[in-house]
Amino acid sequence: MSEVADRKADTGHYDYWAYRNRPKIRWPNGARVAFWVAPNIEFYELNPPANPQRAAWPHPGPAVPGYSIRDYGNRVGHMRQMKLLDKYGIRGSISLSTALCEHHPEIIQMCRERDWEFFSHGIYNTRYTYGMSEAQEREMILDSIETIRKHTGRAPAGYLAPALSHSECTLDLFAELGGTYTCDLFHDDQPTPLRVRGGQRFVSVPYSLELNDTIAYVVNKMEPRRYGQIIKDSFDRLYAEGAESGTVMCIPTHNYQVSCPHRLKAFEDALAYITGHSDVWVTTGREIAEHYLANQYDDALADIAAKNASGKGGR
Amino acid sequence: MALDPIHLQYPMRRHGMDHDRYDWSMLADRPPLRWPGGKPLAVWLNVSLQHFAMNPSAKVKLPGSMTMPHPDLRHFTLRDYGNRVGIWRFLDAFDRFGIRPSFAINAELAQRYPELMAAIRARGDEVLGHSWSMDTPHHGGLDIDAERANVQRSLAVLREASGQPVRGWLSPGKLQSAHTPELLKAEGIEYFADWVNDELPYRFRTAQGELWNLPLATEIEDRFVVMDNLHDEASWAQQVIDAFELLLAEGREQGGRLLTLSLHPWVMGQPHRIKHLETVLAHIAASGEVWQAPPGEILAAFAAQQENA
Repeated sequence: MSEVADRKADTGHYDYWAYRNRPKIRWPNGARVAFWVAPNIEFYELNPPANPQRAAWPHPGPAVPGYSIRDYGNRVGHMRQMKLLDKYGIRGSISLSTALCEHHPEIIQMCRERDWEFFSHGIYNTRYTYGMSEAQEREMILDSIETIRKHTGRAPAGYLAPALSHSECTLDLFAELGGTYTCDLFHDDQPTPLRVRGGQRFVSVPYSLELNDTIAYVVNKMEPRRYGQIIKDSFDRLYAEGAESGTVMCIPTHNYQVSCPHRLKAFEDALAYITGHSDVWVTTGREIAEHYLANQYDDALADIAAKNASGKGGR
Repeated sequence: MALDPIHLQYPMRRHGMDHDRYDWSMLADRPPLRWPGGKPLAVWLNVSLQHFAMNPSAKVKLPGSMTMPHPDLRHFTLRDYGNRVGIWRFLDAFDRFGIRPSFAINAELAQRYPELMAAIRARGDEVLGHSWSMDTPHHGGLDIDAERANVQRSLAVLREASGQPVRGWLSPGKLQSAHTPELLKAEGIEYFADWVNDELPYRFRTAQGELWNLPLATEIEDRFVVMDNLHDEASWAQQVIDAFELLLAEGREQGGRLLTLSLHPWVMGQPHRIKHLETVLAHIAASGEVWQAPPGEILAAFAAQQENA
């Protein structure tokens, strides 16, 4: 891929690369869809320092409504969701506010026992990247990486910026600090190579905002059963298309949304539906990234370069 | 460009919570709870009786308050509808299905509408403090003397009007200032319902000693689902029943669970909505596995087991 471009006007991380006529993605055992669930396990602070560009809470503190429902996720919702994922044989890929390792190590321990993946979602979801110098952001990301390594025995491979707050060099920094994939981009239903300034082998693994429970419930104000239905509909399409070339489907969740008693049934119905299909690779974000890097990444780069040379690609 | 170094300092990064109000605890780790009669599920229904001023002056606007230039006749009267019409539909429905609700009442309403207050008083259902009105939110930064005076006045009026000691409290919009817990404790409040971080009661610290938080869920509240999320009434009833069934199943396996329902007569008391509330009440009443009780009794049953544990 060509050199890093001006990131004011677009991300600069990828070239245009049409969904059709790409090199075929082959998932293990001929699976059509790589399916993963990404529980966000977050810690929101009651009294965070006020970021100059984004307020953590809508009212003057204490933010009882916002803080307490998120705390509900850790006190009540986590166990409910974990039990469900156990039932359907799904290992969570945790988008982790890494300070949770200190606040609630009991949750970390249960997830370790299940061989769940931990990836970095910053330190607190009430600390935004906005306004940080590059050195500050590097320090924050490194702290999050080292915290996961210390508490789980393994450094994270993936990153989702805290509260989806980014700088122009967020992904470059994470790649430089040893990461191999990001969930921050929503441009595709398959993994794609990303251009980072250090030239590391680095990929985007499809996460999803459309299927993210908080987007569905808080932003789009969906009824629980409709949420279950859009998950099934997404799966049906990605499963069908996956017969041609492997696709990725992710359900990002939050234990304070999906685990509420009036919502869990719809989620369970969707999980039962998906895992009831034969050609599904139930996996984690890290395993998708590793498989893609080992088996598809070089072919993808070559294909992108060839299409750029023929005038089909673009920026 | 850089942030102040404070943004990369984490003084409360430690085991447990980032404050000292309550202890960190996961619901699933607690000893199994038993409700009276061995029922796996307790159900608390709370009705908020509210007065929305037509000339609001609070710095923070609560959901349901005026949105148009003064005089906002339409929103004022739509809220008032609940106290004139909707509440009587509620009371008939509760009686029909043998439901014992509680009522969180703005003290100003108790003063303005003595006939309504007398009816509540005659029923003997538990009454909770609900501040002076929907124009007196207990938000951060509120002057402590003004907030104390509001709490004292609200409770004095409501205790007089209800003939009850009034030991429970629901803050309008579930907002609290940094001082609200201390002010409530000082005036004899034993529990509030504001922090929605749990499904069972837990101890909450104040400078005057502990009280209880008995969470009243927001996510399944009629106003939140119907007015904020814009789900239809039948969907609300379906969601409540889904919650009921999930908690009932969990209660059978893991020990007593609690379903809390927050209701507003200006929402579900409308003629096109009341039947969906009745659907929910019928579902609750038809179950032989439910202990439906007011919050004071639920808390007493809970607290007795904590002391013996």
